[in-house]
Amino acid sequence: MNTDSRHPAVEVTDLTVAYRENPVLWDVDLTVPAGRLMAILGPNGAGKTTLIKAILGLVRPTAGRVLIHGDSYRRQRHLVGYVPQRGSVDWDFPTTVLDVVVMGRYGRLGWLRRPGRAENDAALEALEMVGMTDYRDRQISQLSGGQQQRVFLARALIQEASVYLMDEPFQGVDARTERAIVDLLRELRSRGRTVIVVHHDLQTVAEYFDMVTLLNVRRIASGTVDEAFTDENLRLAYGGRVEFLHRKTPADPYTGGDDPAIPSFGRIRP
Amino acid sequence: MNLLHDLVFDYTLRTVGLGSAALGLVSGALGTFAVLRRQSLLGDAVSHAALPGIVLAFLLTGSKAPLVLVLGAALAGWCAALLVMLVVRTTRIKMDTALGLLLSTFFGLGLVLLSVVQRSAGAGQAGLDRFLFGQAAALVGEDLVTMAILGTMVLTALLVFWKEFKLLSFDPDLAAVLGLPVRGLDILLTSLLVVAIVIGLQTVGVVLMSAMIVAPAAAARQWTDRLDRMVPLAGLFGALAGLSGAVISSMVPHLPTGPTIVLVITTITVFSLLAAPRRGLLAEQLRLRRQRRHLASDTVLADLYRLAAQHSEPAAAPHAVNVLRTMAAGTGVRRALNQLAQQNLVRSEADGQWVLTEAGVVRGRQLVQPKDGS
Repeated sequence: MNTDSRHPAVEVTDLTVAYRENPVLWDVDLTVPAGRLMAILGPNGAGKTTLIKAILGLVRPTAGRVLIHGDSYRRQRHLVGYVPQRGSVDWDFPTTVLDVVVMGRYGRLGWLRRPGRAENDAALEALEMVGMTDYRDRQISQLSGGQQQRVFLARALIQEASVYLMDEPFQGVDARTERAIVDLLRELRSRGRTVIVVHHDLQTVAEYFDMVTLLNVRRIASGTVDEAFTDENLRLAYGGRVEFLHRKTPADPYTGGDDPAIPSFGRIRP
Repeated sequence: MNLLHDLVFDYTLRTVGLGSAALGLVSGALGTFAVLRRQSLLGDAVSHAALPGIVLAFLLTGSKAPLVLVLGAALAGWCAALLVMLVVRTTRIKMDTALGLLLSTFFGLGLVLLSVVQRSAGAGQAGLDRFLFGQAAALVGEDLVTMAILGTMVLTALLVFWKEFKLLSFDPDLAAVLGLPVRGLDILLTSLLVVAIVIGLQTVGVVLMSAMIVAPAAAARQWTDRLDRMVPLAGLFGALAGLSGAVISSMVPHLPTGPTIVLVITTITVFSLLAAPRRGLLAEQLRLRRQRRHLASDTVLADLYRLAAQHSEPAAAPHAVNVLRTMAAGTGVRRALNQLAQQNLVRSEADGQWVLTEAGVVRGRQLVQPKDGS
């Protein structure tokens, strides 16, 4: 695995994506050091999903360059894991939970080879990590939203990637799944993996992530939570739509105390 | 049995039966992927588009050899399929519109060419109009060989690229991220579908062929939740429809084989939609009714508990059916009581009143106070 620590895990330069005439992403630069959890934030239509898809080569950029651990995505593809939005597939597809997870290995298996015991074992281990072992033989249409999300996470886990890109994994999941995802993110970080997450809930940003990128077609800000997640930047990204409810931050169970530098944010006005 | 004897020894029936079964098998298996990828209509477009290809192949070569016509059909169908993909990718036209557009354009072109051929050579001599609705009786050994070779090729390719096709159908984005050549696989799978369709054109005809793509898959989906069972099952349904369609039309004079096959597969599909154990409409209705009954008996039990709870000894406080009727404001109180009696939650007194048993008191308390009930 070429995960040379001299290079950032993900380096995006001058990325521009346009659907027909309208730019969706404009001249975006992004650097994510290895071993960090980064949230991508921005209003609807800010280009968050497009950014992820452009990094993955699923959307062809008009301009720009993406490097994974210092080399082109094409050559480093095997280092990248992907968790798409839950709604992007048909959950009535005739297949089981275990089968979906094993799909994460199809690329590495190569042509003609069928998944065997090694793939099954890896899939079971991944299901264990997301607390879904009991559902291994379930038909996927019988899962709740949170369970579907955990299946997708397990599928990404068995890719054994170095960089994970997740598109709204917290969208519409139950509290238990949210907890499981957060634990998983921390576990990945402790193993030196890099995770980039499209996120929506401003209130949990400081608790869940190390770094933040604020996006609204252009990059508004990017950096550690302290640097980038400021009133000013949020106002720039979301326009006037964020009401800032400065209140005392409740004691953070993970950092173990108040950090007055991190403001707490309330509602987003529709 | 006479029929079985004929199937084995009667040349025509055997050829038609085998050919129809083979076409059903292949189109059922390939159709499964088309249906799962929401490309059911692509089959329709491809089969209609094959008509000008057939006529052109005849015009260019002057030959009616099955391989020549099949090749023409495949080329035209393939062009149509690729054109659909191209139009969807490069313009703002959506899939359904593109399919409708190409289907009618190609089919119209086919009809025009067909009338040209008929005027110049005579319909009987050309005999190409049998591709419109199919003419299974005209199948000969040579056709059968062509079908067998093409069918084996298609099914082999399906097995070889099984996991790739599965991933392509379920989550093409992941397939791309994992480095699979998604566009190439897409073209390959579509090409296999084209061949599967072309195999059936002579028997079922361009107009009805899409039923053989869609119906077996729709039927098979009702009976299983696994792709590796759904594909063989769809193939089996298709083959069964082909064979029985051929047999039925051989027994009834002037019954065309193609439409008969389509009617048989439709019957199988309708039956599956109704009667499949988990996904069928009947099973769903039964489930719904069971839930409703359950709810009704729960309501009656809760009512009885509320009444009885006002007495010091709930298990010794009988109440009349009429009282319960006014509370439940619905029908089926008597039936609910009988059901509860079967579960030993209530029993009827000699005077026709009903009283909770000890177990009924416990269950009733749980229903009325679900939060703090023990």
